[in-house]
Amino acid sequence: MADADDPVPVPRPGGSGAPERAGRPGVSGQPPAPQPRARIVLAEVSRREDRARRTRAELAEQTRVGEALVRGLVRAQFALALRLSLVVAIGLGGLPWLFAVAPAVGRVTVLGVNLPWLLLGVASFPFLIAVGWAYVRLAERNEQDFTDLVQRPER
Amino acid sequence: MGNGFVVPAIVAVTLVTVGIGFYGLRLARTTSDFLVASRAVSPTWNAAAIGGEYLSAASFLGVAGLVLKYGVDVLWYPVGFAAGYLALLLFVAAPLRRSGAFTLPDFCELRLGSRRLRILATAFVIFIGWLYLVPQLQGAGLTLATVTGSPYPLGALLVAVVVTANVALGGMRAITFVQAFQYWLKLTALAVPAIFLALQWQADARPAVTPPDGPAFRTATTVVVEHSATLTLPDGRIVEVRPGDELSFAAGDPVPEVSGVATDAADWLLPSAAGDDDRGLFATYSLILATFLGTMGLPHVLVRFYTNPDGAAARRTTLVVLALVGAFYLLPTIYGVLGRIYTPQLLVTGQTDAVVVLLPGAALGDGTTGRLLAALVAAGAFAAFLSTSSGLLTSVAGVISTDVLGRGSVRGFRLATVIAGAVPTVLALNLAGLDVSQVVGLAFAVAASSFCPLLVLGIWWRGLTDLGAAAGILVGGGAAVGAVLVTVLGPPLSGWPATLTAQPAAWTVPLAFTVMVAVSVATRRRAPADVGATMLRLHAPEALRL
Repeated sequence: MADADDPVPVPRPGGSGAPERAGRPGVSGQPPAPQPRARIVLAEVSRREDRARRTRAELAEQTRVGEALVRGLVRAQFALALRLSLVVAIGLGGLPWLFAVAPAVGRVTVLGVNLPWLLLGVASFPFLIAVGWAYVRLAERNEQDFTDLVQRPER
Repeated sequence: MGNGFVVPAIVAVTLVTVGIGFYGLRLARTTSDFLVASRAVSPTWNAAAIGGEYLSAASFLGVAGLVLKYGVDVLWYPVGFAAGYLALLLFVAAPLRRSGAFTLPDFCELRLGSRRLRILATAFVIFIGWLYLVPQLQGAGLTLATVTGSPYPLGALLVAVVVTANVALGGMRAITFVQAFQYWLKLTALAVPAIFLALQWQADARPAVTPPDGPAFRTATTVVVEHSATLTLPDGRIVEVRPGDELSFAAGDPVPEVSGVATDAADWLLPSAAGDDDRGLFATYSLILATFLGTMGLPHVLVRFYTNPDGAAARRTTLVVLALVGAFYLLPTIYGVLGRIYTPQLLVTGQTDAVVVLLPGAALGDGTTGRLLAALVAAGAFAAFLSTSSGLLTSVAGVISTDVLGRGSVRGFRLATVIAGAVPTVLALNLAGLDVSQVVGLAFAVAASSFCPLLVLGIWWRGLTDLGAAAGILVGGGAAVGAVLVTVLGPPLSGWPATLTAQPAAWTVPLAFTVMVAVSVATRRRAPADVGATMLRLHAPEALRL
């Protein structure tokens, strides 16, 4: 982007800028494909930057578009949190009910230990950690999607 | 007890705590260092510190004691204590960090712009903080009395003075290091003896945890009763015992049945079934709600999140905390189970909270190994009292210094620390009879019925208003506080009233949410005008650099 403020929007010859790959033949072990002549119109680059900046401004200034974007993100994150809490509510919250309606489950022994002890005393912790790990991954993906959406040039 | 290693171990933990505190003091230069460790603590350190702060006397001593006494039904305590961090991760961690608020009252003002709501939140932070501090100090008093025979007030005062001085002098920066150290100490102090205990159990030819004839004394034992109880002796006689009574049992004698304790093998081993008692199921779900949702409302837990550099780091830190805390909670159950074999006399004395401290000596004998391990466990217990009390004291003092004294200076913080430490110390010295785990459970219930709805609705729902939040906190939190006061100070209850006040979360949490939403909808016009900007601040990823 060193040339971004170049005032003259001229077609760029191959050289130090974008078609750099063409200048290093054989890096990937393949013969260099005939590179189509890249034309980058600098006005376009700066317009793209402008759009991202404008979207950020829209977010900050609470325009309709900005507000809709944020609402979408909040809804996506909340739905994700609710879905995963439902997993926990069923997986762990169902246990007291299960033990209550089907007492036979409590008498099942695995390796000499009654099943409720294993489920609560041991298995519940890795389960909670796994749900937490999934949440962190998915929540970060939601945020990445949002960032991409805001910064994508052709919105 | 005559274990020569215990006192040096406790002194060493205390000195290291103070020592790291002073090391931190040399680094703490500004008010920001004091309060939020300049937001420059690495996620691993921070996660260990959060874990160290969280694993309190209730976790270190109380869970094992409860398992010894009641069996499988109380395994929901450790599960819930860990799951609380998952709820925190899912609903609160990243947005709360991004809000930039330092305390819960800050969050109220930032999100809803109301001074009066801020004052109400301050009152609840102080109440929950003190409610949680009292059992920590009591636990310290009881532990020191159990292992060294010192008078009860000594341990409580020792912890209160060390913690108050350390927090007042070093602030948050210091306690971040102190608490990270204490997490690892607590884990070691339970894990290492647990390995020896398991080996000993193997070497003793794996005695049954629930022998068909009920638990029995392995050695000749003289029991000094600590709490009044009704005992059913093996020959069917029913005896009322009072504190101070001495009972002698020969090796092989069965343990008498104690009223209110799951002496019976099936009661202890199997979950409560339908038809026995609906109240049991209600209490279980109430406990689950309180612990799952209460963690996010504990003042000393939230304050830590401001030390993360940004929202994404807050999320990752919380996940690490969940793993650290989960690993720790595998251990107390082992102590509770082996306690059935090696320390059945605790069922008669009622001092089940002492099982973690007494078990190594009881199982491994009076040799050097047994004594060293007993000293290690006692040191871990003291780490638990010191670290949780430090965290609670820091957050209560932070709130008092900014909201009650109205000063943000380091001097103001120090003055607030002394005030915040003095009140629970006086309470702990005068209320020796409360059950550690029960009081901690009540603190969770109050937090789940007041701050959990405030945080969840404040972060995710634009429609929340200041009046709605205040009404929800007053009605839901107030109901939980009322239940606490009735349980702690009121007359003994039985049947449903007892269950509803001892485990209030299952009705107070839904009540708080309902009132908060209903009043907010009714006062829709009061929703802050800048809610859109606040939502953006809470949820926008850092990558955007808005």
